[in-house]
Amino acid sequence: MRDTQRTERIAFAVLLIATIIVIIPVGLIVLLVLWRGLPALTPEFLLAMPRDGMRAGGIFPAIVGTFYLTLGTAAFAIPFGILAAIYLNEYAGQNWLTRVIEIAIINLAGVPSIVYGLFGLGLFVTFLGFGASILAGSLTLSIMTLPVIITATREALSTVPRSFREVSFSLGASRWQTVRHVVLPNAIPGILTGTILGLSRAAGETAPILFTVAAFYLPRLPQSVYDQAMALPYHIYVLSTQVPNVSVKIQYGTVLALVLMVFLLNITASVIRAKFRKRKTW
Amino acid sequence: MKKSVEFIIEKLVLLSGIASIVFVILIFVFLLKEGLSLFGETNLFSFLFGKNWYPISDPPQFGILPLILGSLLVTLGAIVIAVPLGIAAAVYVAEVAPVWLRDILKSGIELLAAIPSIVLGFIGIVTLAPFLKNVFHLPSGLTALAGSIMLAFMALPTIVSIIEDAIVSVPKNYREGSLALGATRWQTIYRVILPAASSGILAAIMLGIGRVIGETMAVLMITGNAAVLPTSILQPVRTLTATIAAEMGEAVSGSGHYYSLFAIGIILFIFSFIINLLADFFLHRKRA
Repeated sequence: MRDTQRTERIAFAVLLIATIIVIIPVGLIVLLVLWRGLPALTPEFLLAMPRDGMRAGGIFPAIVGTFYLTLGTAAFAIPFGILAAIYLNEYAGQNWLTRVIEIAIINLAGVPSIVYGLFGLGLFVTFLGFGASILAGSLTLSIMTLPVIITATREALSTVPRSFREVSFSLGASRWQTVRHVVLPNAIPGILTGTILGLSRAAGETAPILFTVAAFYLPRLPQSVYDQAMALPYHIYVLSTQVPNVSVKIQYGTVLALVLMVFLLNITASVIRAKFRKRKTW
Repeated sequence: MKKSVEFIIEKLVLLSGIASIVFVILIFVFLLKEGLSLFGETNLFSFLFGKNWYPISDPPQFGILPLILGSLLVTLGAIVIAVPLGIAAAVYVAEVAPVWLRDILKSGIELLAAIPSIVLGFIGIVTLAPFLKNVFHLPSGLTALAGSIMLAFMALPTIVSIIEDAIVSVPKNYREGSLALGATRWQTIYRVILPAASSGILAAIMLGIGRVIGETMAVLMITGNAAVLPTSILQPVRTLTATIAAEMGEAVSGSGHYYSLFAIGIILFIFSFIINLLADFFLHRKRA
């Protein structure tokens, strides 16, 4: 008996140590980026053009580029994703088509990000002739983000109780009226949370934008959706591997700018989720 | 009027649903369209098993065996690190940790999932690579091992959260039955709960492998980028994904080099397709 209890204590200690090994580096990474990045993060750094082959100046065009790309991704992925989720949860039956769509979504979610980059290069940049542009990059990122938004929206829709729909139908409302006025309003917070998380992932991606939009060095703001643009993730790649003698301060500053952008989106999503949990009464 | 709105909406959502299928097919078609052109210049066997990746020599050689082995080596290393840690952390979070600690740990893991891979790659260059260089007295810390460690961390959030879900969904009466028979909590965990959650654990490992083999930027930055047959985990390697990312920018559109990078994309696509189907199979078996 004493032996089994000692075994349990040892086992739980090992589990705790393993968990610490997983968690501690996360904290260290965040602290390191904050500690080294914060001194670099002056308004001038955020709002100035890069100079001297990116060894001086700021990162404004990269911030703006990432902002446009995220916006473009949202514009394509959100409508498509929500409609697809409405189909799967509210309209589709349990049949082979639904199953095939589900398998397609699972696979879209698993396709490596660099393969999305190749696909974007093949379809949007070359075949459709958009060239390396914000349009091509946003479309590539939005297809990559689609499965995240569909899955999250579907989950949100499925948490709305069946009885809500039945009451609406019994009052004579049509299916779309029910979805529009009963299901969607109750699912909005969940949809928002999932969508924002999907977009934050898109904002931090590098591989899909490498050949579809990212400009190595472009010290001006993009003028149209057919323009190339700099982007924060690619800028980090360039600063840390492609340009020699970039000061550590600029590198960490750029890293922190991206991390803050991504975390801000994540925190927004968490806040919406937490508020919703409190308000939910069923 | 109302009828036609209903009709249009119904078709619209159906089309959006089908769009996912169309996108998967489009991705595959465009990879094939460009990638298959390679096989006028070289055959499938010498592509898959050729030992030399000299895409811009004259004559070029498109053997991706070093890249395949590079990917496999880095992936194997990452899985060996991530799976035991992931299972342990998931068990701890789901079964052992007090509630207050559970929430902190879960937020920490979510935080890790949120960090972009390019940031982890950068952190790897400035911290992990110099560390490995000193510990193993290497000429450079940018090695397969560095890639494996970094990728293990990137796969952990996926692995932990899926295993945790699997553990939480084990029916409560299994647990109670075991405890009532006099088993300790630990005996219950490894004799009852883990076997009951085994499908979820397999799915988690599959998705972890998928995540690792498809990861691009971090491996490109910290594996040292040497497209040679790997002989040791302390040696620089080059993965399939990193090759595409590093070389597509310079590949001339329509050249053998360009086509060969798309052909690598086909391999990655097929691989991720199989991995994801397997994971889905395991997840559904669990529910049945």
